[in-house]
Parts: sequence; structure tokens; C-alpha cells
Amino acid sequence: MEHIRTPKVEQVKLLDRFSNKSVIGTLHLTATHLIFVESNSTSAQEIWILHHHIASMEKLSLTTSGCPLLIQCRNFRLVHFVIPRERDCHDIYSSLLRLLRPVSYDELYAFSYNPKQNDQQREEGWQLIDLAAEFERMGVPCDQWQLTDVNREYKVCETYPRDLYVPITASKPIIVGSSKFRSKGRFPVLTYFYQEKKAAVCRCSQPLSGFSARCLEDEHMLQAISKANHNSRYIYVMDTRPKLNALANRAAGKGYENEDNYSNIRFQFVGIENIHVMRGSLQKLLEVVGTRSLSMTDYLVGLENSGWLRHIKAIMDAAIFLAKAVTVEGASVLVHCSDGWDRTAQVCALGSLLMDPYYRTIKGFMVLIEKDWISFGHKFADRCDQLDPDQKEVSPIFTQFLECVWQLTEQFPQAFEFSEWFLIQIHEHVHSCQFGNFLGNSQRQREVLQLKERTYSLWAHLLSEKQNYMNPVYSPSFAESHPVLEPSTQACHFKFWRNMYHQYDRSMHPRQSILKQVLTFKESNRELEGTVQALKTKLQKFGVSTSPLKPQTPPRDRSLPPRPQSLILGAPLLSRKEVQQEEDEEVFGEEAREDAPASTDGERTVEGSSATENGYGELTGSFGSKNEPAVVTLEFGVARMTC
Amino acid sequence: MELSEHIKTANVEAVTLRRPFHPALRGTLCVTSHHLLFSDRKDEASRQLLILIKNIDAIEKSVENLFGYPRAVGSSGTITIKCKDLLVLQLEIPGMEECLNIASSIEVLNIVITSHRQKERLLWDRWRVSKVNSDYSVCPSYPSAVIVPREVDDDKLIRSARFRQGGRFPVLSYCHHRNGMVIMRSSQPLTGANKKRCKEDELLLQAVIDGSELGYIIDLRSAQQAQQARMTGGGFESKSCYSHWKRIHRHHERGKVVQESLIKLVEVCSDPSHTVDRWLSKLENSKWLSHVHSALSTAGLVVECVERDGHSVLVHGSEGTDNTLLVSSLAQLILDPASRTVTGFLCLLEREWIQAGHPFQQRCAHSVYSHARLKQECPSFLLLLDCVWQVWRQFPLALEFSEALLLRLAQEVYASNYGTFLCNSEQERCAAGVKENTHCLFQSLLKPDIEEQYLNPLYEPTDLAIWPSVHPQSLQLWTGMFLRWTKHAQNMEEAREEVWRIVKEHRERAGPDRTNNTLSTHCDTLTPFENLMDELTIL
Repeated sequence: MEHIRTPKVEQVKLLDRFSNKSVIGTLHLTATHLIFVESNSTSAQEIWILHHHIASMEKLSLTTSGCPLLIQCRNFRLVHFVIPRERDCHDIYSSLLRLLRPVSYDELYAFSYNPKQNDQQREEGWQLIDLAAEFERMGVPCDQWQLTDVNREYKVCETYPRDLYVPITASKPIIVGSSKFRSKGRFPVLTYFYQEKKAAVCRCSQPLSGFSARCLEDEHMLQAISKANHNSRYIYVMDTRPKLNALANRAAGKGYENEDNYSNIRFQFVGIENIHVMRGSLQKLLEVVGTRSLSMTDYLVGLENSGWLRHIKAIMDAAIFLAKAVTVEGASVLVHCSDGWDRTAQVCALGSLLMDPYYRTIKGFMVLIEKDWISFGHKFADRCDQLDPDQKEVSPIFTQFLECVWQLTEQFPQAFEFSEWFLIQIHEHVHSCQFGNFLGNSQRQREVLQLKERTYSLWAHLLSEKQNYMNPVYSPSFAESHPVLEPSTQACHFKFWRNMYHQYDRSMHPRQSILKQVLTFKESNRELEGTVQALKTKLQKFGVSTSPLKPQTPPRDRSLPPRPQSLILGAPLLSRKEVQQEEDEEVFGEEAREDAPASTDGERTVEGSSATENGYGELTGSFGSKNEPAVVTLEFGVARMTC
Repeated sequence: MELSEHIKTANVEAVTLRRPFHPALRGTLCVTSHHLLFSDRKDEASRQLLILIKNIDAIEKSVENLFGYPRAVGSSGTITIKCKDLLVLQLEIPGMEECLNIASSIEVLNIVITSHRQKERLLWDRWRVSKVNSDYSVCPSYPSAVIVPREVDDDKLIRSARFRQGGRFPVLSYCHHRNGMVIMRSSQPLTGANKKRCKEDELLLQAVIDGSELGYIIDLRSAQQAQQARMTGGGFESKSCYSHWKRIHRHHERGKVVQESLIKLVEVCSDPSHTVDRWLSKLENSKWLSHVHSALSTAGLVVECVERDGHSVLVHGSEGTDNTLLVSSLAQLILDPASRTVTGFLCLLEREWIQAGHPFQQRCAHSVYSHARLKQECPSFLLLLDCVWQVWRQFPLALEFSEALLLRLAQEVYASNYGTFLCNSEQERCAAGVKENTHCLFQSLLKPDIEEQYLNPLYEPTDLAIWPSVHPQSLQLWTGMFLRWTKHAQNMEEAREEVWRIVKEHRERAGPDRTNNTLSTHCDTLTPFENLMDELTIL
């Protein structure tokens, strides 16, 4: 609190990003949030911006109406305030500058966030995901794979978790030897076991081979992985980097496996670019789609030049290669990149998702993230810029993974239990630092921070509002008929994810949502089903037989807790009458039709839309007529360009 | 000469059919006067394929073994048939002679082959129905009856028609019931290089707006193009002569350019080899989405004038038969809840496209594959359907019809069993006896038990204007149309069925008060002008 110099500024103007619309309101600065409350009492919208979400701030040069402050958020929100007095603007700016650069983990929101749960509830939240149980589900340990305690004290590899699964034949000396030959000690370990063919997906980092170095233990390790699978004589080694990058690494004493030294391996480069290229690509993408009055040509050319979709496709291609090798050939695959925590995590996680329908459920997806990303040490703190001011370490690696999953949901609308809002919500919280799950860079660091004792788990929170994230057309029978997804990688299937990158740009969204509507129907079906059942039991109690009723198909949903007020879908689902009323109000009401949700992320309304947001044309000049309606005067007096 | 006399070989056995997503089939090929029929002739579950001859856009033949051995063993030919609905299929025909015969029969039939009803009622108050064009002499492309301001008599109309290209004088297209503002449409005025004036034309427009008011003229050409049009006898309404009208220029591509866009687009969509990068630049290069973008933004502008600004609008380009209709009908879809029902939408098409004289026969003579030299082809109607689809994407609850209806229309407009899209104008249709000799597509679509696939399960009528977003990020390639034959949409189809299942379950359980809501509207019969009438009575 001591950093806040001006807690409240009035008469602040909020400019819309894509039109000339603006609203006046009050800006509040708290220890955790920057809050803008619109003054207009009828439609008082609120914008809550968590300090951790702010990626950058810019004070633009002074204008006649005040001092503009541009704030860019990691969840792709961009707000443009105009603060009347320059001193206030400077105060806000410098307070924020301090607040959004926490110097220690203890300052992160997660350590002060309290959702009014007792210790037991918190503990239960953390126990929701159990990776040992997950490996058991895959059928590990088994006759070929075992749990090793070699990393119990984080002695062999401090970025790996404590519990690791290796082939039975890999003895401790082999493991230790192999780890010394691998960058950051990240030796080959099991991440997914495809029970049907006994094929394993393993991950590691690059070997320290340089130009000629060998390591017998590492060669034995790969041999052991190969031997553990009787279905195939060879294993694939996937180097997810472009060949050129791998070659360059050799000069630094690192590199890739020499096929001559390792018996029975099939080596393959995949060509996913590094974190720096990805960061630049996203930057370019955001620049393009953030342009006002963007033309169709500039949009398509810009989208292409950003290379973003090409990178997404590269990751998808790699995952498909992995899934095919495992499910079709029944071969085990070893995946690595440089350090084995970025591209490797992307490919292993996405590949497993393609192979195993479990990961396409809400719970399963959480398990997948917990396993391949959190436990295996994807550096969330560095990549998402939680603490470290080193911008070179920041990169949208996890965002890319979520986008790949979204692209799959577009191709297979019935394969996933969750909708895109689930992905977006996870993305939101990876950056929010509100929950403990994604803090820090490795499991070891998380234990030191005592996250399980001091913070709450995101998964429990998401499960409690599971209903908002359900995909209404999800079909478990689809999983049975399509256990392995085979997505098409034709270029036309890779689309721009508008709901992610324009999440907060209301004017850009479809004004009505199929998803919400079908969810409402499904929900009400379930309620009605419940009423029928309740009435039946009552009848039975009175001794009336209900047998002639037509047989009930068992409801497909499990029973769920009552729907919490949905943040992500906007207002709670209203009854038809209320909606109608709302619409009526819109007809006669004011132009600004923002909903007034009570949270940071709740301003997604679907009904209605207005022309002001679109800005179709430039009705220039006035006509010297005195009979013009009042609405016209201001906005149409100003030249406006087409979108 | 009967059509069947053009058929040289009617039947060929042991033909192999290849098409996307299906295994190759062996069977019999028959050519009839209107159809190409393929059947594998198995007793159970026999598979058949029926293609309208008129649907065939291009036919390519390649014959192996041309060394002068007719009927030599193993001689065979392949015919590639490319349809107007973008389907491409291959037929391997044993016997060179048969192959050539089939190909030439199809070609000849396609050239030789060459149906509807409507009603009208009288209008009153500020507007009247004029029969000045009853013998199509004033404007050959207009219907016999048009709606014009009451105070303008037929003589003035005739004079105004002489001042407009093709005689297309300003007529009423839509009247907005909420504020009584109208959308008019016409062709360009023939001011020419020496700035000719026409008093009657000025009076006609003056009568549209009541003196004190203002109106907007949305000219679908850039200011420069409009200037240039004067050199060739065309022009625009100058400020000095039409002082109460404010002119806004919006550039729209037309004719050949749009046709070539479509050709490029389909080329890109049917080439599976491209990488992500080349895909986007090729998509951009086709400019199709830019056309969609400008059509929707201009329609949005018109709606802004009428609904928000409360002014009447006159829309025209040069001829007033393509982009003019595109913009005026899109504006109505956005403004008018009635035009978002199945009936209303088909009425809109009837009124704004068929009766308004969009030259369907010229515009849709060929689609994208044809080798014929392009003359008057232009996919204006397809562009409309694409724009409607974009609106549906953004307001999935607001339209009563589904994507399937749009796809059906896209197919029918190029090749049809019905007479609805025949000829170029009402005059031609009358002369050809279309109404007497053919059936009406719209009538068959609107039968009381309308096919479920044409309905939107989530339809919930709203009275609001549905302004679509025109940010490029909000517009998408219409995959259902352009990737119809290249992309497997089975997953989408199944998801759609699941939505239907949930909605039906909901209707069943929630009781009859909700069930009526979608089914009541399509029992009405098709009466163009009826909607308009209702609105006029409110005035």
C-alpha cells in the first residue's frame, strides 16, 4: 500500500480501442487491482485489471484533454485512459510501475488472495490432481517401467519432479551417467505410456555431444527405453528444433544424438522455432490486429507475415508425428529440444492429447498440464514474467499450446468436454498469479515457497464453476469411436483465435453465442428432468404407480452443483422473460450498452450490438439543417474511417 | 428437335467413378436430357449419383490409345466433370468412342437446355403502386409494378426513367416501420459531360423526402469513378441540383473483377499443397473477403443512415442491377426482423433480386471452372449469400434459416430444376412463359413441412437491428461453401445434429409455448410485397 500515492482519480476518460467511443469514469488504484468504474449510473461498467496482468505501460504525450496512459495486458486487453491532470497520471504511472514489478514471490497476489476457504478445503483443492494416480491410470509401473527414487532429493536434476519413471533395466549408475550427458541434467524419463502397444513417450534435454563426445550410459539409457517396448525394434528420437539450431548448439558442446553411436534409433528434426522467434511472432501478430481501421488486405498479409499460424502448425505437425509413431507403428518416442522444457512440453502434451481421450476431458486436461508443464519444469515464472525482469526469457510457449488445443476443438467440436472459455480462463490465470499452480519455475522451487500451504489451487476453483466451461455438444461416444484424433494440417484449418486475442474487444465478437444458448438449453433440460424425477418420487410416496410413463433415457450429465454466477459468459443465464426485458431496454435505452459485470473478465454480452462500435462509414459534414436529431450531432460531425 | 436427340450414347457399362471422400465406384453411366445418372447397379444399397447437366461448368476429356485402333482392347478415356457447385469428379469410360460421345453429348445438351409466380397488391398513403411499366417499355429490367411516391405521376416517372441508365428510375425498396424512412434504389443518372438535368428526377427524389428532411445517396463507386462515368454519358447527382441529398461514395468492385476473385478463391481452396503462409497470401490475393468486407460495411452504413440517423437513402452504382441490390438487400436483413425468417428471406430475394431484375442468366451462365470466355458473369448473388452467412456467424440466433438453405440457393442459382432463377428479368420470364411451364423453387422450399435442415434450431426472433462487426478479424472464409468438397465436414455435421437433439429435447420438455415459436412462420405462403404492405399500413 505504501507505493500508492493517488488511490483515486476522477473524470478519467476511457477510449475504445477500435472506435471513437469513450466513457468517463473514476480510476481506483488498490494494492492488487487497477479499477475503472464508469460514472454513468445506468450502465456503470467496471473494469478490473490485476497488476500482474499488466505487461507494459506507456505515457503518451500530453493532449488538450489530458494525459493519455496506455496499458497493455498479458491477457491481450489494451486500455487507453486519458487522465485530466498530468500529476495524477504520473502518480498512477509510477505507483503502478512499482506495483507490477514485485521483487519477491511473497508479493505475488496468490499469497494474499483468500477465497474464504478453510485449510481443509485448500488441502483438498491441492489433492485434486494426483500424478501418481495418473501414471497408474496409464498402467505404470508395470513389468517394463518402474518408479525411481533417484531424484527424491532433487540431486540428479533439480528442474525435474521427485517421482520419475524409467525402464526397469535402467540402473542408477546409468541414470546418473545419462543425466551428466544431458543439458541441465534432464535425462530421458517417461511422460506418457500408450498401454495398447506398450509404447512410451519419453522426454529429455539435448545431449552434450558437441562434435564427437559420447556417453555409454546415455546410449544404454536409450537402449533400455527401446528394449522396454517389444513391439518395435527401434525408437524415434525427435529433436523438435530446426536442424540449423541443433547444429549451432554443437559448437557450444551440446547438440543432438549421432545415429552411429546409438543403436536402433531413428532420428528426426521437426523444426519448431525457439522462444525468441515465438515472442517476436506474437508481437507482430498483436501489432497487426491492434491496428485501427485495418483493411482486409493488411489483416491477411499481416497475419501471414507474423508467422504465428505457421508456428502453430509446426507444433501441431510435430504432435501428429509423435501420435502416429506411437499409435500406428507402436514405436516408443524420445522427444527433446534444447533444455526440454518448452518445445518438448508442447509436443509431448499435445501428442498425448491426440492419443488419449482422457486428456480431452476437463479433469484430464488439468492432469495433462500438471504433468507435462508444471511438474516437468516449464519455466512459468520466466516465460510469463512473474518476477524476473529479464524480457528475453518471456515467451508465449504455453499460450501456443492452448491455441493448438483450440485449433483442435474447432476441427473436432464433439471431442472435448470443455469449451474455449476453459482454455481462455486457464490462460488468464497462468498470468494472474492469483493461484499457486503456475508460480515458480520448478517443483523444487514450489516446495521451497510452500505454495500448497500458502496459496490456493486453480483447479479447485475451475472445477467449482465447471458448468461455465462445458462444451454442450461434447460426446463421450465420440471418444470411443475416435480414440486417436487425426487432425488435418491443411493451411485453411489454422484460424486466427479471435476470442483469445480480442477477448476484451467487445465490438469484434459475435453478438450472440451458440455456446451459451445451447448450454442454457442443456441446463434447463437437466433441471426439468430433475423436476420430473422429484414429482415421481412424490407420487410413489403417495402410492401412485408411475409405470406407464415412457422410459426415461438416463441423463448424460452427472449431477452438478447449482450454476454459480458465470463470469465468463457474462450475466447469469436469465429466463426468457428477463432477456426480453433486457432487449426492450436496449431498444429504448442509451447507445452505450455495456453490461455491468462485477469482475475483471465479465463484460461479454451477446444480445444486440450498436453501430457506434463498428463505424461503418464517414458521414461527413453537417447539413445545415436544424431538424437533425440530437444523437447525430457529435459523432457524425467527426470524420470516421471504415473499419 | 427433342433434347434427347442430342444424346449420342445414352448408356455405358463398367464406368469407374472417382470423387472426393468416396472409394472409386464401378457402375453404369446414363445420360438423359437433363441429368447424368451413375449407378453401381447393386441390388442392395445401390449407390447412385445424379447430376444436373446444367450443373456442369466444364468438362475435360483425355483419351488414351489414340493410335487409330478404335475399340482396341484396353482403350479407354477419362472425363473430368467440374460442376458449378465446385464438385469435381472423374469418370473412366471404357471405349474411346463412348467416351468421346458422352463428352460431346454433355457439351451439346449444356448449350441447348434453357419456371414461378408472384402477387401484388395496391398500396396507398404516401406511396402508390405504379403500373407505368406494365408493358416493360419504360424499364425493360423492372417488374410491371413498382412502388413510387404518391405525388409523382406516371409521366414524371417516364421522364425520370429516360434520365436513368437502363430506365431504372428510383423506386422503393424498403420502408423502415420504426421511423418511416425508406431505402430507394435506381441506376446512375445520365448527366453526361455537359451536366444535364432532369426536373422530374429531382422532383421524384424530392418527393421521397418531405422537403425539410435530408437524404443520403450512397453511390457504390468511388468519387473518381463517378466523375469518369460522365464521360460515357453516366454521372451522379450533383449537390446543386439535389440540394437535400448528401452523396457518399463507396468503392465497390464489380463484374469481371469479382468473377475473377471467385475463380482465384476456388483455385486456392482446391489446392491442398500450400503452406500456411502461402495460403493466407493467396486468400488475400483473391480479394474475395475484401468484397465481403466492403459489401457488409456499406450495408452497415445504409442501416446507420436509416435506423440511427433517421434519414432516407438512395442506393445506386452504375447499372443498379448488382451491387445496388446486394447492398439494399443486406441492409434490409440487418434492419428488418421480418426478412430474417425463411419466408421473409425468400421474399427478400424475390423482391430485391428476381423482380428487381438481377440478370441471373447472364451472371450465372458459368461458374469458376468454365473455359468459356467470360462475358457477363459475376457472382453477385453468391457474394450476397456469403455476406448473409457472415451475419449468421455473428448472430447465430437471429436468422430462422440455416447455412444449408444458403448452400442450396448457391447451387440452385447456377443449375436448377425450378424456374425461379431463369432469365434476366420479369419481361423475359413472361415472354418465355416461365410461370406457366416451370415450378417455383421458393414454393417448394416453403412447403408446410419444411425440411429441418433448412431451419436454424436456435432461432429466437429479435426486433433489434443486427449490426454485424466488419473488422477483418470478425469475417471468415465461408468454409461450408468454398471448402465443401475439399474439407471433410463430418465432425461439424455431427455436432450440428447434437445441437438439434438438445434443442428438440428442450422443446419437448419445456412445453408447447416454446415449440410454436419457430414453426409458425413458414406456413404462410409467399407473397412478395406483403411485408412491405404491413409496414406501409403502419405509416
